[in-house]
Amino acid sequence: MTNKLIENAVGRMVPTEINGRPATPFMGVGKYRPSGNKTAPSIRTCADYPADGNKIVDSIATALKNAGLRDGMTISSHHHFRDGDKVANEVFRAAAQMGVKDLRWFPSASFPCQAEIIDHLESGLIHHIEGSMNGPLGNYCATGRMRGMGVLRSHGGRWQAIQDGEVHIDIAVIAAPTADAFGNANGVTGPSACGLLGFALADSIYADHVIVVTDNPVPFPCIPWQIQGNNVDQVVVMDSVGDPEKIVSGTTMITKSPDRLLISELTAQFVRDSGIMKDGFSFQAGAGGTSLGFAIYLKEMMKEAGIKARFIRGGSNKYLVEMLEEGLADYILDGQTFDLDGVRSMRENPCHQDTSPFTSYNFHGKGCFASMLDAVVLGATEVDVHFNANVVTHSDGRLLHGIGGWQNCLAGKCVILPIPSMRDRIPVIVDRVTTVCGPGELIDVIVTERGIAINPRRTDLIESVKGSGLPIRSIEEIKTEVDALCGGPPAPPVLGEKIVAAIKWVDGTVIDCVRQVLE
Amino acid sequence: MTTSKDCNASGAAEAGRYGPDIRSDCWVRIALTEAGGIDLHLKTKVESMYGEVTRKLVRDVLDALNVKNAKVEIEDTGALPFVITARVEAAVRRAGVDVGDGYIPDFAPGTEYGTERNRFRRSRLYLPGNESKFMINAGLHRPDGVILDLEDSVAPSEKDAARLLVRNALRTLNFHGAERMVRINQGRRGLEDLDFIAPHNVHVILIPKVEDPDQVRQVDEKIAGILKAKGIDRTVLLMPIVESALGCIRAYEIATASDNVCALTIGLEDYTADIGTQRTDEGRESFWARCQVVNAARAARVQPIDTVYSDVADMEGLRASVLEAKSLGFDGKGCIHPRQIAVIHEAFAPAAAELEKAQRIVAAFEEAQQKGLAAVSLGSKMIDPPVVKRAQHTVELAKAMKLVN
Repeated sequence: MTNKLIENAVGRMVPTEINGRPATPFMGVGKYRPSGNKTAPSIRTCADYPADGNKIVDSIATALKNAGLRDGMTISSHHHFRDGDKVANEVFRAAAQMGVKDLRWFPSASFPCQAEIIDHLESGLIHHIEGSMNGPLGNYCATGRMRGMGVLRSHGGRWQAIQDGEVHIDIAVIAAPTADAFGNANGVTGPSACGLLGFALADSIYADHVIVVTDNPVPFPCIPWQIQGNNVDQVVVMDSVGDPEKIVSGTTMITKSPDRLLISELTAQFVRDSGIMKDGFSFQAGAGGTSLGFAIYLKEMMKEAGIKARFIRGGSNKYLVEMLEEGLADYILDGQTFDLDGVRSMRENPCHQDTSPFTSYNFHGKGCFASMLDAVVLGATEVDVHFNANVVTHSDGRLLHGIGGWQNCLAGKCVILPIPSMRDRIPVIVDRVTTVCGPGELIDVIVTERGIAINPRRTDLIESVKGSGLPIRSIEEIKTEVDALCGGPPAPPVLGEKIVAAIKWVDGTVIDCVRQVLE
Repeated sequence: MTTSKDCNASGAAEAGRYGPDIRSDCWVRIALTEAGGIDLHLKTKVESMYGEVTRKLVRDVLDALNVKNAKVEIEDTGALPFVITARVEAAVRRAGVDVGDGYIPDFAPGTEYGTERNRFRRSRLYLPGNESKFMINAGLHRPDGVILDLEDSVAPSEKDAARLLVRNALRTLNFHGAERMVRINQGRRGLEDLDFIAPHNVHVILIPKVEDPDQVRQVDEKIAGILKAKGIDRTVLLMPIVESALGCIRAYEIATASDNVCALTIGLEDYTADIGTQRTDEGRESFWARCQVVNAARAARVQPIDTVYSDVADMEGLRASVLEAKSLGFDGKGCIHPRQIAVIHEAFAPAAAELEKAQRIVAAFEEAQQKGLAAVSLGSKMIDPPVVKRAQHTVELAKAMKLVN
């Protein structure tokens, strides 16, 4: 297969065709303005659905059969249960029994618990995956063994791709902690409660066929109905949809590393000393130990200064919930809950609002609130001296993380990446990032244990922290120091020619691609 | 003690560590051979980034250490070059090769600053001498001092390897203004440690378990000899640690044993064992000893420095312990985790009222000096010279902590 490559606006050579469909190269931030209408599912009539509202069928296999599963279809699933999900595996086991092939799996993210999908890729059942891949699946894709090209999108980009008709979902399977027989569903109650179902909302609206799977059926009405039964075709009851232990764990431990805590503290000090921390401000803090540490330090600083935030953008967790409950913020606008405190708060506190990628992140809409955030704190695997950042691949080229809401949050007013300057002997500031996921013009501040580098474009921020005593340094200076410790700048990875995955920007254009890792 | 204990008949030896839980270190095995050059087998986590660079470095080290023929196996979990060279050298020494002074890295930028006898020593962070990963960023946490420890935190079988690692760390790592301290071993082994440490811009040597002023003098003389032989014109300060009943009794003699003694400190684990009791949180059993150290140090015009607070999870306990130390007259406290540093500095900071009073006293003193008055008075109260001195110290401390301009 020959694929014409073209240089995009961040200087990366990207494919003009992805899995047989034309692709647009990244043109610059806000430059791509598509026209036309959004996609829509076909018209349905109530006469074809049971008047008593009972859409329960006996199994996933039956539901897939009723949905008309056939070769080449696209099946979507969601990562609300993270590494504890049991539903996606169940769906593809059932599909395998039906003898179909060349399916496209379109998860909002995949997890190591779904490693058995590799068998289905090998058998021909699944052609390729469009969604974040890490662990065994990431490795499978990165080493070039997947037949089709992987496509990685942000949470907002996934909504955009669905609504714009770029990805047509034939069958959406929505795992729900609680649902009624009509298909109304939510994530705040039930033994597998995960908080919200925002990642499945677009699928429920735009897919041809929608199946809700739950282990906690309740009589109509299931309240709140985060997923509306009016969009749902069938309901399946399973013994268990997920492992609660793994649904809300993993990323919610505060780091114990003194270096990471130092980075967290410097990040909070930056937000304070730059004047961003003021009454009525807003911020986003993600999962991950360093982000959690940031929230804890910032909380103390807000208390000390008597400052209250208007809203906090989650991934919520115990610490953000404490801030809400202690009156340090009016609202949490939450994209996902990372622990049981987050789930409880969302269930009980009307000021803890569940959101979807539509309200928070969708770039092809009439605005989204990511751009209203005063401070955004995100991770990265690599940053280059022009502040371009990588969040999906390791420095050796392997797929490591999904994009998540990362690209979408770059719209925030001050984007801060707290990252260690080196991981063992792996420098994090490089001449050229392995994969560009976010353009440097949107990334404002890099906070490392060796100092804080402010993007020279942000003269206002540079001015705001003058005289603060913060260790402000140039990004080149930090890089030079780390390279000296590591024995020079690292050699770039030697990668194959084959493109194994494309990285989409928030507007659906291609910002970079991932090349095959040679073994 | 020499490294020959690790040497076996075939001229083969190992050094360093490797395993799923080991980070930033490497394991090296060297078997000397008769011919065939260097047969190097490197497995490294950073192959794509630094594989070739590391192979070249290892060959350069072997060549410099006069190893021309050997089979060398290395398993590396991302060790930095100063660690790799220390581990290779340890293995070569253990294999019985005479390497002379060894493979000594050049001084890196940020390693050649000096110290001052009377600088603040509020916090000193202990770093295990055979564990590189804690050393690399230690200075970024801004302790007043870092202690690269060759004594209790290093297993007896690794003493030789730790010396090389600490030496390379002193040559390579920027501790960002922290005083560069090394705690040597007791007795003869400690004196041998100095050969590996003294020439490399170490600021302070901590001498453990001192009971006799002669121990201090021996260290002082050994250092002077090493520096003279190397043509290095630099003073290495000393901080004796008293850790026994006898040491406490002789604290003043110890503190005055050399002009290079800058501080006196106490180790309570050994002390309490020596007097036949156990350490408690209240510390009544060591009250006399701590007061004795403060008195001896003040009498000798050196800084009294308190022991380590070792419960890293208990920040309130640490704060209380530092406030108590401060009230007894100590100027500093030891710590073992970077997060303890800020708590120690805060607790040693002068309280607002204390600072305000000190500033008024200093102002009154300066005014009296300008007017040529012998006596300093504040309102109707006469201020004695020692009170002025104390106030100056408080203001200086506050300036260093950026509490005042």
